Amino acid sequence: MTNLPNIVEVRHLYKSYRRGSLVVPVLHDITFDIAAGEFLALMGPSGSGKTTLLNLLAGIDKADEGSIRVGDLDITAFSETELAHWRANHVGFIFQFYNLIPVLKAVENVELPLHLTSLSKRERREHAETALGMVGLDHRMDHYPKELSGGEQQRVAIARAIVTDPTILVADEPTGDLDRVSAEEILAMMERLNAEMGKTIIMVTHDPRAAQRAKILRHLEKGYLNDTGKGGHDDSQNPL
Amino acid sequence: MTILKILFRNAFHNKLRSALTILGIAVAILAFGLLRTVISSWYAGVEAASASRLVTRNAISIIFTLPLSYTEKIRQHEGVKMVSYGNWFGGIYIDEKNFFPNFCVEPRTYLEIYPEFVLGPAEKKAFLGDRKGFVAGRKLAAKYGWKLGDTVTLKGTIYPGNWDFVLRGIYKGRDDTTDETQFYFHWDYLNETIKKASPQRGDQVGFYMIAVTRPDLAAEVALAVDKTFKNSLAETLTETEKAFNQGFIAMSGAIVTAIQMVSFVVIIIIMAVVANTMAMTTRERIGDYAIMKTLGFGSRDITLLIFGESLVITLTGCFTGMILTFPAAAAFGQALATFFPVFIVSPETLYLDVLAAVLIGCLAAVIPTRQAIRIGIADGLRRIG
Repeated sequence: MTNLPNIVEVRHLYKSYRRGSLVVPVLHDITFDIAAGEFLALMGPSGSGKTTLLNLLAGIDKADEGSIRVGDLDITAFSETELAHWRANHVGFIFQFYNLIPVLKAVENVELPLHLTSLSKRERREHAETALGMVGLDHRMDHYPKELSGGEQQRVAIARAIVTDPTILVADEPTGDLDRVSAEEILAMMERLNAEMGKTIIMVTHDPRAAQRAKILRHLEKGYLNDTGKGGHDDSQNPL
Repeated sequence: MTILKILFRNAFHNKLRSALTILGIAVAILAFGLLRTVISSWYAGVEAASASRLVTRNAISIIFTLPLSYTEKIRQHEGVKMVSYGNWFGGIYIDEKNFFPNFCVEPRTYLEIYPEFVLGPAEKKAFLGDRKGFVAGRKLAAKYGWKLGDTVTLKGTIYPGNWDFVLRGIYKGRDDTTDETQFYFHWDYLNETIKKASPQRGDQVGFYMIAVTRPDLAAEVALAVDKTFKNSLAETLTETEKAFNQGFIAMSGAIVTAIQMVSFVVIIIIMAVVANTMAMTTRERIGDYAIMKTLGFGSRDITLLIFGESLVITLTGCFTGMILTFPAAAAFGQALATFFPVFIVSPETLYLDVLAAVLIGCLAAVIPTRQAIRIGIADGLRRIG
């Protein structure tokens, strides 16, 4: 474990959903910290609340109680509009199903979040091309998502996630829709982003092999954070 | 810029659906445009009416006549520049389906009161000099292939018998709004012929046309004329040509209202079709919108995307329909020239087309936009995969 300052502080977080008149509790009194530059894996069975927790950390859902501080900001106090601005500047998203805009080319997909910044058209294109270069897809810039393999689409999604240089990267089952080889490539890439660029990554997965690539592993069971422990592999053995 | 790029690409992403929707809108706009043009044509006579012309008819009904002797009494009123008169002849050319308006008029004064009927000096002279002569509008002559000097026979309905006329002139309209499908012949020819068979029907006119010196005197002259013949055997009703023509339109008001309603029903139907298309589109793209919201795009961007896409589709259909309206209106106008002598797609109709398309585009986007904005990001993302 490093002694870097905490980038995320979660305190007494509760979340429940309504299904008609029924209130279904999802998260109970979640409290934990994530240090800057950490690579955290959240594991747990289906319905354990891991995606809900990730959504709360990423500011795309709102908690019932508790607080989440990211950097110096308490995002639980934000309005929807403030959260949208915050997400645009501080969070990079990697989804299970890549979630690229089908009518945009690879480079345009990567450029998309930059439209919310003050960068010029030329700067946006340069940043997008650089990000695609970092994921090894500089030769596929003008391809539409349907012309790319699953692994390539996920690499485009990673490029889109990092192009704004966000504070945290959140990944929801990033290898869930990929074959083993592609999954390994994506995990290696995430490790590299964490190790070489110091990106803080929070990854939800049910795949133990994916979880092993993280530095920290946490388990959720029925909405409770059960344990705190290290990831399945030693940093010193990381080939990256 | 990217929002525009996305909305344009989204609009044509599902090519078949977009093409069919655009085709539907184009046909609807075409139908709407033609129906509006029919209504405009209906009112063409009203629009073309001069403010300085009055029509005097029998106060009881247009089907009752007035004595010819009123001519001089009307002419004596202050503000009256010229008086002409005529009768609706109602003759049939070969067959009843060959309908066109035909009148007998006092030719010299009538042509002066109607300067919009442009007749060459030689043709005018020939017409005025031949008691059996007639003039026809350019479209009417073209339709039946009449040439100067041709003899045309009309079968009388109000005035029985076969009536032979010689074409002495073909008038052109001064502008596009002038009716070029009319048939005019000498009132004297009718009067002299009818007096031989039925003397009691002689020296009777169906209407007087009065040209006033200034349009602002029209109301005053109309009142004075009617006052003159008050308590006579044939009281008069004098009104502006516009009011007179409007009176005719009012008789067919129910038809006009029905056409108007059909034109709006067409728009409502196509609105439902576009709304359905947009609802399907939005449902398919709810994940895309969730991703955009996740990345930080706001409700305004999503609204722009959905409204923009809807407007791109409806306006493409609208402009296609508008382009098709012109040849369709030309063909329609040619086929029904005698019923709709002035069948022109007016700028107002085109503005209404665009207005209807914008209205359809916006209304069709309202509910899908509301759904896309209201759905939570997490819910939207769950729909992917």
